[in-house]
Amino acid sequence: MSPNLILVIVAGVMVGAGVTLMLERSLTRILVGFVLIGNGLNVLLLIASGPAGRAPLIGEGEGPMSDPLPQAMALTAIVITMGVTAFGLALAYRAFQLTGTDDVQDDLEDDFIRRRAERDEASTTFEDTELDESLPDEEGADEPDDIGVSTDTVRGEGDR
Amino acid sequence: MNDSILEQLVLAPVIIPLLGAGLCLAFGRYAFLQRIISIVTLMLVVAASATLLYRADAFGPQTFNVAGWPAELGISLVADRFSSLMLIVSTIVTLVVLLYSIGQGIVEYGRKTPLSVFYPTFLVLSAGVSNAFLSADLFNLFVGFEILLASSYVLITLGGTNARVRSGTIYIIVSLISSVLFLIAIGAVYAATGTVNFAQLATRFGELPTGVATLLQLLLLLTFAVKAAVFPLYAWLPDSYPTAPAPVTAVFAGLLTKVGIYAILRTQTLLFTPDTLRTLLLWASILTMVVGILGAVAQSDIKRVLSFTLVSHIGYMLFGIALGTQLGMQGAVFYIAHHITVQTTLFLVAGLVEYRAGTTNLDRLGGLARLAPILSIMFFIPAMNLAGIPPFSGFLGKLALVQAGVEDHEWLAATGVVAAIATSLLTLYAIAKIWNRAFWQPKDEDELPSASLTMDWTPTGGSLYGAKSVATTTQRTTSWKELQDDSRLPARMAVPTLALALVTVGLTVFAGPIMGYADRASTELLERTPYIEAVLSK
Repeated sequence: MSPNLILVIVAGVMVGAGVTLMLERSLTRILVGFVLIGNGLNVLLLIASGPAGRAPLIGEGEGPMSDPLPQAMALTAIVITMGVTAFGLALAYRAFQLTGTDDVQDDLEDDFIRRRAERDEASTTFEDTELDESLPDEEGADEPDDIGVSTDTVRGEGDR
Repeated sequence: MNDSILEQLVLAPVIIPLLGAGLCLAFGRYAFLQRIISIVTLMLVVAASATLLYRADAFGPQTFNVAGWPAELGISLVADRFSSLMLIVSTIVTLVVLLYSIGQGIVEYGRKTPLSVFYPTFLVLSAGVSNAFLSADLFNLFVGFEILLASSYVLITLGGTNARVRSGTIYIIVSLISSVLFLIAIGAVYAATGTVNFAQLATRFGELPTGVATLLQLLLLLTFAVKAAVFPLYAWLPDSYPTAPAPVTAVFAGLLTKVGIYAILRTQTLLFTPDTLRTLLLWASILTMVVGILGAVAQSDIKRVLSFTLVSHIGYMLFGIALGTQLGMQGAVFYIAHHITVQTTLFLVAGLVEYRAGTTNLDRLGGLARLAPILSIMFFIPAMNLAGIPPFSGFLGKLALVQAGVEDHEWLAATGVVAAIATSLLTLYAIAKIWNRAFWQPKDEDELPSASLTMDWTPTGGSLYGAKSVATTTQRTTSWKELQDDSRLPARMAVPTLALALVTVGLTVFAGPIMGYADRASTELLERTPYIEAVLSK
């Protein structure tokens, strides 16, 4: 099978543009990117079906038919893309209603960790309380007050 | 005649929930009818799956070609032993979660104000999962994935609150990317082999040049690894699952990642020779186990801990698949069945904890063992099961996997065995942390954690990327006194949870027959011929 070069380039450009858009933070752009990639992939499915022939209807004309299976797949993929895009747009609108922007927000935990890092705090789950208090750990050995209230205290030089 | 009806039974787990979903939508204004329809629908599906399980074990793979098209052209559904086991476990879990959610709906929203979109979506999700388990070609698998993903998008953003939209967006984008990858893989597979039917692919992949075959295998693995939350593609899961409503999280945790694992197992055994990419898979499984459980240890919220253990234990199943031996497959098959039930039960219990104590944050919980003894038992048994304490099914599954790793006589497999045991111990640690802090230690009346410790503190100076707030759902603030005076556990939520907890115990009690079944299933998977012949003979 020799694929059609123009179709390959078209699919490549569409997917490339789509990936670029998907790397954006705005949900709307991500969705446009998804639509572009989806259409690029439909072209890819057409490439996979081999050289174009006549319409795949039995008993209609002579000559080799196009492969109908990838067409059916592309059709299904189009329907799925449409449904998901519709949902995504609704979601983007809802995000806009709630926050005034449709930017994809950060992972909550990342956000917390970043804030703690900015304030130079230890993590919530850093527990000295469960340690045996008679055994000083290396870091806390010189700060006995630290046990149990570690989260409110600025940690020593070891953290930086 | 009778036989042909039984043949069409393979279709039932897909078509019945879809019909039920349509009926539910039609009766969107009648909450009571919706509930009845969904329960009856899922009960029918469980019955159909049980019959399929019996027939697949007794008479070999059950196949059905939709609309009579031959398997090469049309859509065919196949229920072999492995599919049937997945199907029965997933449908039972779905039914229990449905009952739980009905209980929760009545308790939380009252009888009059149902979320009319919940039941239809839930049924569609069930149909998607069944379709993925039964499909005998790549494209239908894709459609199954899309059905379950589309409904999961709706369920994860249910209610459209800020927290759910935020975490749901990440989940949806990651899923979109994996869907796109899957579609690329399908296009490439079709271009290379001219078919997407599993049975035909099984023979045609052998004829491809090694480079092409490996590339296609990598593409498919990448797709499924995102869905299964395998390291390093797991980051979306612990963030998105905990914010959804408890029953939704429970069913996602139980089923969605397992569909990914199912797809990996199916393609690895049927399409590809298990040896290629073995090293990669083994490393992925080891890292998934270890990194996942280290994440769980670091968390201070029950739902987040459970989400990370979910990621971590995916590593066990992947380990069995990566080994590629019969014992490894047997262990993996058994472990999937075990893990679906146990993980779902734990998330349901987390929902009950949230209902009972107003939060799942370990810094604010305490004294639940005295406050709610039954709840504590319902947590303790599946939790110990998850950690792999003998004699529970978690122990048996891990034992089989470890045994398979030891028999392999190779340093990487040995590393995997060490990682598996370490993960099991760390799971015990994470679970013990929940147990100690939420259930065992008395709640300190005076000690309220400082504002910076709790999840719902309000950020200072605005959020990073334009969003106004990152705060999670508002949580009930309750004192110990209030909790004691509170009503007891809502039976409508507790009974389904208890039932599922009993199922997990049942997996232990009947571990012998189930292991035997897993043995036969893995033999069938590795032989490949029964599946191929069953599909192509029609």
